[in-house]
This record gives sequence, structure tokens and C-alpha cells, in this order.
Amino acid sequence: MKDNGRILELKGVDKVYTGTVDTQVLFDINLEFEAGSFNSIVGQSGSGKTTLLNIIGTLDRPTRGEVIIAGQTTSNLSKDELAVLRNRSIGFVFQFHYLLPEFTAMENVLIPYLIGHRRPSPEIIARAEELLDLAGIAQVRNNLARRMSGGQQQRVAIVRALINSPNIFLADEPTGNLDSESTVNIYRVFRDINEKLGTTFLIVTHNRVIAEQTDRIVEMKDGRIELDIRR
Amino acid sequence: MLSFRLAARFLSSGRTQTLLIISGIAIAIAVQVFIGLLIGSLQRGLVDRTVGNAPQVTIEAELGVGATISQWQTVLDEVRQVDGVTTASPSAAGSAFVAAQDRQTPAQVRGLDLDEAEGIYGLRDAVYEGSVFKETGEVLVGRQMAEALQLEPGDTLRLLVPEQAPTDVTVAGLYDLRVAEINERWVVTGIATAQSVFALGDEITAIEVAVEDVFAADAVAENIGTRLGRADLSIGNWKERNQELLDGLEGQQISSLVIQGAIIASVVIAIASILAISVLQKRREIGILKAMGIKDRDASRIFLYQGFLIGLVGSIAGILLGLGLLYAFTSYLAREGDPLIAYEVDLQFLLLSWFIAVTASTLAGVIPARRSARLSPVEVINEG
Repeated sequence: MKDNGRILELKGVDKVYTGTVDTQVLFDINLEFEAGSFNSIVGQSGSGKTTLLNIIGTLDRPTRGEVIIAGQTTSNLSKDELAVLRNRSIGFVFQFHYLLPEFTAMENVLIPYLIGHRRPSPEIIARAEELLDLAGIAQVRNNLARRMSGGQQQRVAIVRALINSPNIFLADEPTGNLDSESTVNIYRVFRDINEKLGTTFLIVTHNRVIAEQTDRIVEMKDGRIELDIRR
Repeated sequence: MLSFRLAARFLSSGRTQTLLIISGIAIAIAVQVFIGLLIGSLQRGLVDRTVGNAPQVTIEAELGVGATISQWQTVLDEVRQVDGVTTASPSAAGSAFVAAQDRQTPAQVRGLDLDEAEGIYGLRDAVYEGSVFKETGEVLVGRQMAEALQLEPGDTLRLLVPEQAPTDVTVAGLYDLRVAEINERWVVTGIATAQSVFALGDEITAIEVAVEDVFAADAVAENIGTRLGRADLSIGNWKERNQELLDGLEGQQISSLVIQGAIIASVVIAIASILAISVLQKRREIGILKAMGIKDRDASRIFLYQGFLIGLVGSIAGILLGLGLLYAFTSYLAREGDPLIAYEVDLQFLLLSWFIAVTASTLAGVIPARRSARLSPVEVINEG
């Protein structure tokens, strides 16, 4: 652990989906994550872990409670302010990587940067090259996303999530549709980046083997925290 | 900036779809431009034939034929200062009989200042045999009259005016103003000759005016009336005399506009529906872009830019295609290399069409853009 400052805090978070029948999927979640820590969230499907991740990532708002990112309370931020916060401080990787298929690997990687800047600086291109290299996909950087293998696409998505040097890296089943060798490789990349850049990792997974390699495991069950194990 | 690049890339990567919609728009705009230019040219041709070789405003004495305009020099100076007047030319005219080769025919003797009246009649170009009159006693005779009386340059004819002594004049040349009624009735000469034929002294009978915008002739006529403030003068304009033609033109204009409007509307609908599909196709991309921090406004701009780009390319292609169509059409209708329809490329119309097409195409992106703005990233992500 490089830094014991809190990068992320959840205070009494509830999430209720309203509809013909109201469904509460999160119950009074209280969590704190330290900057530079490497964490996993596990649980069966329907346990609320993806909802929790979406709320942490400000993609979804809690029904009650507070999400505090780098000391900033997110509940009173506007949609645009949240967009800026996500762009600068949070990197996402989803199970279905969602690259833009009509762009090359390099272009995909630069998109988060281009959301806030007119054109890529030489520094950011150098950084992208370095990250692509670290992820082992430098050789496909000019390939269109749709022409790459699943594993390559997922790595591009990871590099894309890291390009703006976010404080927090959120991944939802990032290796869910990869073979076990690719899975191990990708975790190695995560660890590498965590150690080199001090990025806080929060990985949702149902793969216990993977979870056990993280520094902290938060286990969810029926919308509540069942277990919170630190190593 | 990123929105624009995304829009351009979305379009260029869905090449078939983009080409289809652009071709559709190009064809629609081509038809719109073709119809607009063709109808416009036809109308101008018609108006030109009606008023091109005639005064658009005429100032005469209220008393009628043969009456003279008192202090006409002052009137002429005043008229020339009215906005929109390009030419004001004095004229002395009256009815007479023309006698030549033992035949007689009724005629209008029109005494003109050749230089001043050039801006109205274009007589110099209309003379096809002989030359224009230069001296007192010389006249020009129209094609039909010349044929009827078998006249040639150099011949003499006699002008008979009731209660006046007959005057013999010489035919200096023959003209063709392309209006049969004029060609068979008008004997055109200098003012001095006409004044002497009708014993007018120094007086004239009319001031003939050409205006900048023929369709503003009525307004110009009114301004002239106000400026002169003379009850003894009557000021007529071509629009009063050609109300039926104008009604016809207006009907044609309206139907042309309706067709053009319908075409633009179909362009808008086509683009809007393509973009609506595109929003659905790109849901995932938009969702992830939002997760990465693109603002709703920028997410919506992607679709406005797509509409703009489709409209821009489609309308330029359409305008070129429309011009080609018009060229082909008029060449096809040409007779001995002389086009039946003298078309004119109205640049202002083209620019306006282009501007409307691009604006309408961009606006066609509004509904898809709104959908894009409203799309929530969680929705897309949860779909998996």
C-alpha cells in the first residue's frame, strides 16, 4: 500500500429500482477504499455487485446515501460535472469491452483524452504507446477494433480506461469471456499498473481464483456486504 | 471536435448505408434544383418576352392619345432621379396611315431618342437590314410591315395623318423586335421627325421608362407619381396591363415551391429515419462514451453532425446533378443548336437551395440527437 488516503467512500448506500414492484438491490452499503489498493468484489449474480460498481462509477445514482470520490461528494454534482469527474478520475472496463469498432486500437485508447482535449499531445501518444506495450498489444495498435481478437479487444479497453491516469479503475467481469491464459495475463497487467501507477483497482468478478489474488475481497450477498476480507 | 470525428467515422464506416442515403438526397436535391431553375428560367423568359422589349412604365398625358406632356424636360429630369429607374426616354407618338406602293396600312409612328431608348427596345440589335435612322425624315419599318408593303431600305413611304399635310419619309432600315404586333404596326423614327409629322412643335407625348427590377415596376410607377405630383399625367406599368400573365406566373411559382418543399420534407424524413436507426445501432458506443465522460450535449451533437455531413455532401452532389440534368434537358430540347429554353443558372437560388438543404438535414438530426442525449449508460451496460 503506497498511500493510506481514502480515495473512495460509500456511506449508507441504498438502491431501489422503482417499477410496478419496487426492488431494493442494495441495502445500507458502507465501504471505504484506500488509494492504490487492489480490491475485488465477489458474489453470485443478482447479489448487487454490478449495481454497486455502477454507483461507484457515478453511472447510476444511489436512492439513499453518499458516494464520495477523492473527497468530493457526488450527489450534488450535475450530469455534466459527473461526466467530467468520470473522464478524469475513473477508468471503466466492462465485460463486453465496448470498443468503438470503427476506430483503431490507438484511436480507441485516445478517446477518453479527446473528450477533454482538441487533439492528442505528443506526451499522451507516448503514454498510449507505453500502455499498449505494457498490455502486450503494441503490434495491433493500428488495427481496427472489429478486426481484433476478444483478448486483444479487452486489453485495448483496459488501456483506454487507463489513458487519463484515473485514480480509480473499475472493472466488471473484465475477463468473463476470456480463456484462462488470457485471464492470468490480464491480471498480471492489472497488478503491474497498480504497482507502477498507484491506481486503485476495484474488480467485480465471480472467479474466486482471481479474487484471491487481490488484497481485499468484498463479498456481496442479496444486496448486502457478507464478507470483507483484507490480506 | 470529438463529436465531429465520431460522426464522420460513423458515416464512413457504414459506407453502404451512407452512400445510399447520400445518393437518395442527391437525387432529391437534383430534382428540386432542376425544377427550381427550370421554372425560374421559363418565367424569366416569359417576362422577358413580355416586357423585355417594351417600356415597363409609361408616363402619358391624362387627356389621351395625341395629348402632349407640358414641361416635359422637367418631368424627364425628375423621373430619372427616382430609385429603380434605369432608363427614361422621351417619345413622340401618334397614329397614322402608311402609304407605299399603292397600298395603305394603319400604323403607329413612334418618335424616339435612339440612344435613350436603346435601354428599352434594343433597336440597334433588332435592325436586320439597312441601318438605324440618322437624319430627320428617316424611319425604321418592322419585318411584317415591310413584307406587307414590300419595302426595302432606301424606299420612300408617305405618312398620312388626319388634318395634317402628308409627310414623305425614307426607309433607313428594317427591324424585327420579335413581336408581330409591333413589327406590323410600328414605324420608328427620331423625335424630331415624329414631332413634325404630328405637328407637335417641341412637345412629346410620352416618357417611357425601364426599371431595374421588372417586378417592382408598379412600385416604381407609384414613386414616380408621388414625386411628380401631377394630376394631368397618367402613369401606367406593365403589370397592370398583364394581370393574367402575372396570375399565371404566380400559380406556377406556388406549385414549384410546393414541389420543392415536398422534396425537402422527404429529404428531412429520410435523414431522420436513417439517423434514428443509427442511434439504435450505436447505443453501445454512445453508452460507453458516456461512461468515459462524454457530455450529453456532445453525445447528441454526433447525430446533428451526421445530418449536417449527409446534407452537405448530398446537396452538393445534388446541385451538380441538377445542373447536369438541366443542361442535358435543354440540350435535348435544342433546335439547330439554339436552345428552346434559355436557362440561366441562378446562383442565388442555388445558394439558397444548398443552405436550406444543409440546414434541414442538420435539423433532421434533432430527434436522434435527443435520443442520444437521453441514453443512459447503465441501460446499455446492463443489457450486456
